[in-house]
Amino acid sequence: MSASQEPATQRAVSAEIAEAAAAPPRPDGHPDRAYRPYRSTALRAPQRPLVVTPPSLTELAAPVFGAADVAPIEADLTRHHAGEPLGERIIVTGRVLDGDGRPVRHQLVEVWQANASGRYRHDGDQHPAPLDPNFTGGGRALTDDEGRYRFVTIKPGAYPWRNHTNAWRPAHIHFSLFGTAFTQRLVTQMYFPGDPLFGLDPIFQSVTDEKAQQRLIAAYDHDVTQPEWALGYRWDIVLDGTHATPPDVDGA
Amino acid sequence: MLDLTPSQTVGPFFAFGLPFDGGGDVVPMGTPGAITLHGTVRDGAGAAVPDALLEFWQTGPDGRVPVRPGALHRDGRSFTGFARVATDRAGDYRLRTLRPAAPSGARDAPHLAVTVFARGLLHHLFTRVYFPNHVEANAADPLLAQLDEERRATLMAVPDGGVTGPGYRFDVRMQGAGETVFLDLSVSGAPVPT
Ligand SMILES: [Fe+2]
Repeated sequence: MSASQEPATQRAVSAEIAEAAAAPPRPDGHPDRAYRPYRSTALRAPQRPLVVTPPSLTELAAPVFGAADVAPIEADLTRHHAGEPLGERIIVTGRVLDGDGRPVRHQLVEVWQANASGRYRHDGDQHPAPLDPNFTGGGRALTDDEGRYRFVTIKPGAYPWRNHTNAWRPAHIHFSLFGTAFTQRLVTQMYFPGDPLFGLDPIFQSVTDEKAQQRLIAAYDHDVTQPEWALGYRWDIVLDGTHATPPDVDGA
Repeated sequence: MLDLTPSQTVGPFFAFGLPFDGGGDVVPMGTPGAITLHGTVRDGAGAAVPDALLEFWQTGPDGRVPVRPGALHRDGRSFTGFARVATDRAGDYRLRTLRPAAPSGARDAPHLAVTVFARGLLHHLFTRVYFPNHVEANAADPLLAQLDEERRATLMAVPDGGVTGPGYRFDVRMQGAGETVFLDLSVSGAPVPT
């Protein structure tokens, strides 16, 4: 017991990451919940196999959201306070698709992130980096007819965490997504191209298939970049495929 | 088929991103027929999980799946069928909602669909809350039918008296003794329900 309570070195964790990467990846690209390099999985990943069952009619439908739920300004995280947040202003846009490539229309996309210094507006964040009075870091948007979403924010900083000694998370934005079926629910993280921390990070590396890892990384897109204003990133999100037809919603 | 976007953990810092005011109040206090559902989320050591997020999605008493926006800003009248609650420091959550009924033609007994998110969960978990009074429907339910008594009990809400109407307890054990039944719903090529 005592050995496991001592924080591991990056070298030891990197060896565990390499060991996990050598096993055949899951065909769907999702991480295994029991992933040793990410220490918090130890007591939280179920030990029993999941019980396979067909989705119920409830699970084949999904909650709907509309104008009553999300105000347009929620998609601009730089305008939630009196002043402008510090950091590199960015635009993050893309499409939410199902496995057949069909757009997920008029559906809720939620994001949350650290500020430019790598600090979250959360009591539990002990990182001695400054909070930004002009940045909270939460945003919401609805996808349009083509499944497109668009956020304006600032580029989050990398931040340390206590998984092991000298553990640092690559810069990322947390995303929460709904599809047209509850079974398509997804929470994930978007990363920025070329981050030197990718290889060291147990959470990014929990996706052991290299091609699947690439699907977590946004592309810099100069066509999204706006002159004299903000750099642009593009990131499309593909939900687990189902064949449910989205219901028509009044006022969505 | 497009390759899907992999899941990543919700992490410990979602509090300012996902929970919203009234997230557990699917119906307002005093609504006729309202029930409360509460419980504790525990990890493999039996310790309370103070940073879990649960979502509930359900039919109403009319057996219909709601197609109604407004869960994030509830108007006090519309039943959206969607709840989102974070656990508190004691690992407890609570919601107030209506009883679900089975849609016509459903093989499944009335239930709430549940997602569990937490730090340490690289991919969320699906589970369901069933109600013990639906004896016949529960006996015919395709999921419950394949579980032994002990496993089945982990999906059953336990009546425990409510403050403002009937109350139920539903605990989530993420791992270990009494581990909740979690679901793999990824049936590929599932037929289209019409
Ligand atoms: Fe994070």
